Amino acid sequence: MERRILVSSYLVLFVFALLVLKLFNLQVIRGGEYKKVSDNNRLKIVRRPAPRGIIYDRNGMAFVSDMPFFDASAVKKDLPEDWNTLFSLSSILNISTETLKAVLNKRPVDNSDSVKLKENLSFDEVAMLEARKIEFPGLQVDVRTGRKYLYGALAGHVLGYLNRLTPGQLKNDDFSDVPQEAFVGQYGAEKFYDGLLRGVAGGEIIEVDAMGREIRVVSFEPSIKGKDIRLTIDMMTQLEAERSLAGKTGAVVAVDPQTGEILALASSPSFDPNLFSGGISHDEWSSLADNPDKPLLNRAIQSRYPPASTFKVITAIAALEQGIITEDTTFDCRGSLKIGGRDVGCWQKHGHGRIGLQRALAESCDVYFYEIGKRININTLADYAKRFGLGSTSGIDINGEITGLVPTSEWKERTRHEKWYMGETVSASIGQGYLTATPLQMAMLTAAVVNGGRLIKPSILMRDEGGPSLNEEPVRVRAETLDIIMRGMRGAVQERSGTGWSANSKLTSIGGKTGTAQVVGKDSFSKGYNKKFKDHAWFISFAPVHNAEIAVAVFVENGGFGGVAAAPIAKNVIEAYMKSKSDNEKLRLEKLKEMTEKSMPEIVNEASATESSEPGSGD
Amino acid sequence: MIDRRLISNFDWGMFIAALVLSLIGVSTIYSATRPVFDAEQQSFYIRQLYWIGLSVIFFLAVISVDYRQIVRHSFLIYIFGIILLVLVMFIGRKGMGAQRWIPLGFLSFQPSEFFKLFFILAMSRYLAAMGENLGLGMLKISKIAAVFFVLPALLIATQPDLGTALILLFIFVSMLFIAGIRRRLLVIAVIIGIISLPFVGNVFWGGLKGYQKNRIVAFMDPKVDPQGVGYHIKQSKVTIGSGGFTGKGYMKGTQGPLRFLPEKHTDFIFAIFAEEWGFVGSLILFLFYLFIILRGFDTAKKARDLEGAYLAAGITFMFTFYFLINAGMTMGMTPVVGAPLPLMSYGGTALLSNFLSLALIENVRMRRLPNPFN
Repeated sequence: MERRILVSSYLVLFVFALLVLKLFNLQVIRGGEYKKVSDNNRLKIVRRPAPRGIIYDRNGMAFVSDMPFFDASAVKKDLPEDWNTLFSLSSILNISTETLKAVLNKRPVDNSDSVKLKENLSFDEVAMLEARKIEFPGLQVDVRTGRKYLYGALAGHVLGYLNRLTPGQLKNDDFSDVPQEAFVGQYGAEKFYDGLLRGVAGGEIIEVDAMGREIRVVSFEPSIKGKDIRLTIDMMTQLEAERSLAGKTGAVVAVDPQTGEILALASSPSFDPNLFSGGISHDEWSSLADNPDKPLLNRAIQSRYPPASTFKVITAIAALEQGIITEDTTFDCRGSLKIGGRDVGCWQKHGHGRIGLQRALAESCDVYFYEIGKRININTLADYAKRFGLGSTSGIDINGEITGLVPTSEWKERTRHEKWYMGETVSASIGQGYLTATPLQMAMLTAAVVNGGRLIKPSILMRDEGGPSLNEEPVRVRAETLDIIMRGMRGAVQERSGTGWSANSKLTSIGGKTGTAQVVGKDSFSKGYNKKFKDHAWFISFAPVHNAEIAVAVFVENGGFGGVAAAPIAKNVIEAYMKSKSDNEKLRLEKLKEMTEKSMPEIVNEASATESSEPGSGD
Repeated sequence: MIDRRLISNFDWGMFIAALVLSLIGVSTIYSATRPVFDAEQQSFYIRQLYWIGLSVIFFLAVISVDYRQIVRHSFLIYIFGIILLVLVMFIGRKGMGAQRWIPLGFLSFQPSEFFKLFFILAMSRYLAAMGENLGLGMLKISKIAAVFFVLPALLIATQPDLGTALILLFIFVSMLFIAGIRRRLLVIAVIIGIISLPFVGNVFWGGLKGYQKNRIVAFMDPKVDPQGVGYHIKQSKVTIGSGGFTGKGYMKGTQGPLRFLPEKHTDFIFAIFAEEWGFVGSLILFLFYLFIILRGFDTAKKARDLEGAYLAAGITFMFTFYFLINAGMTMGMTPVVGAPLPLMSYGGTALLSNFLSLALIENVRMRRLPNPFN
């Protein structure tokens, strides 16, 4: 018996040795690995987004601020699973019981068992939930800081909006330190300067239990607030641009011709970026994205139109530089000109008579430029257009800019496999045909004409705030040539016979050029019935005539005559800027308050009441 | 009443080792159940302290009666145990899918917990009467099994309490081994056992309950369902492993209080201890258990009579099996079969039963024949 007991003791010792080996393997060999698993069990890393930098206008007036947004979430296992709760919640949160059930059945992201029921609660919803809190155990109202655009849609296309990271951005290293749930700039300045505005997210390591309940903060790393930035936009000028465009489709670009600083950039219709701040709903998004008026399209940089008669500025420059005409060259305008066996008309059917270059610019005589078109090579014309920035992006610090098109004979052969006709050059010389440009390009072109021939890369961020450095390209045109053009443009506005007379201002001396882009051929019959076929109105302008401080391009889609529909807008914008420059901050704030207190429909009514009061002078 | 010589023969080592382990158990229960959200500490550790006090009293009571007196009544005690097992089938309280508890007003207890002791007592008397070095053959083994083993094993297995039934089988076999099994039979049994393992496993599998199957599946591959059954084994290994060489420190373990490890203060108390005290602490803990076990075998060798030897050996085997199954389970070496860690797991009945068992060993040791060289 003793022997068998001894055998048993040895067997026990052997098994103990096995246990110790296993223990050694678990705790010593794989101890580090298990330590990590146990830390992963209990430690949750929560990244806290940094407060975003504030965006100011050039005078330091804030466009945005932070505001709290409220989200409702629920710990599923604590929420009673009865119809009563479901119905009450559904009615308080204004979501259907089906949606609510679907949300509650969703598997939680982590092991926290908590699901988000609704984002961006209204104050009423928050109040109701708080009041009836006792009925909904497990329900939480979370506060997060979001973006508030103080003036709603004002400068929406410049400021842009915030939204959650896209699937592509989630994989992108640039966003690796951004919390998954965070909002980042997805449009406009918010997007382009997201790196400056975003700041550095902080973080917390939180200890949680198996149910995901937070126990304590283990470590905390504060976030670093994003940089505040000052835009080149002048809020008053921007406001005037948008007010003038209200109810219309089009764009206004105002720029400081000396520096390339964008003073105003408006596209109508616009949108309220606040819609995105709380997490845009599917319906809200669809109504924006599917709207036939395309409010999300920034027409100032993303739509292209034939520049029409505003392009005569380039045609004239090219002709002067090439010696095709001089300042004194005159042509006889009889209302039309026979080209290639076909009559092409001047907008002035009775003809301008014998007319020189300056009057031809001021009164926008088509025949004068047809004559040039007959004598100039399309590729020469295209060269000058390109020198002034047409056909390529301006390089503005807003994403999504398009190039427009400057046609050449080579381009036509490459894309259409056809040779270039002289008739097409004639068409191009008055800015019709294949030629297209964006309102921004036209503004920069105007700036280059009036600043002594410098094509500047525009920017929306003040240079001393980290904006792009001054980047300019000489247009290589004689100063006298530009002088002649400016005199012609001055005539267009300041002489009663000028097509831009409606832009004439008592406040400052304005020069400009109108343009009316034909929409479908010459079928005036259909035009009269459908707004869709109304001509597009253009106006490019600058002020003051000597030492220009502002250059403005206005485009109104289906607006009709440039001199009627576009010129007054340019005048308003220029005057607003001139006044704004002399205003002090207090006055500016008062005006802004007054202007923005009006609802959008009021502004539209006001705008349409003044629309047709100006005398029409045609183009 | 108690002989002076008896007191001088009292084995302090075993008693103190048992007491220390039970106090380590209380402190580990305290840490495992320390509150995270609730303001108050749950009362588990206090109840366990009461049970330790009660157990010590019973321990002293049991050693004061000569074990031979007890063994003399062992058949009666055995029959009483069987009656309790039958009773539990009819008036037992159900819990966790099994009917194991008899309610006794303020507390309930598991007859099967004590029955193992009764079984060892009866077996000891029976085997001692047969003598030693029995060289048991198939026939005799079957006879003993029919008399002592089959009925209680079935009663316990149908509760169902597979863990205890299995332990009973181990005790039965190991006591027969001590008594002496015919060498040829022993060899054949081992060979047949190895060959028929898959077949028996298959039949066995068909008779298992759902949760029992799950436990075995999870044991084979804890990754199958990390949130379900496998979760338990995985978290237990994580708990032990994360302790590392020196442990996270007392009251610094996270897996238990944060509820990542279920049954932290009962069957998985060792994992909590290993997390806080690490490899070093666990090794020392193992040595305590090893000490008690070897002391038990030593007592069996030195017993004054065969009854004492069988009794001490049987109890030591039972204690050993519980320890090995529990430690193996928490480390992921054996399937999860609800077996508490002797002396440390929370639970009054088991603790009392442990102390009573050790008291019987102590009893035998105190009344051993005097050492001729002493």
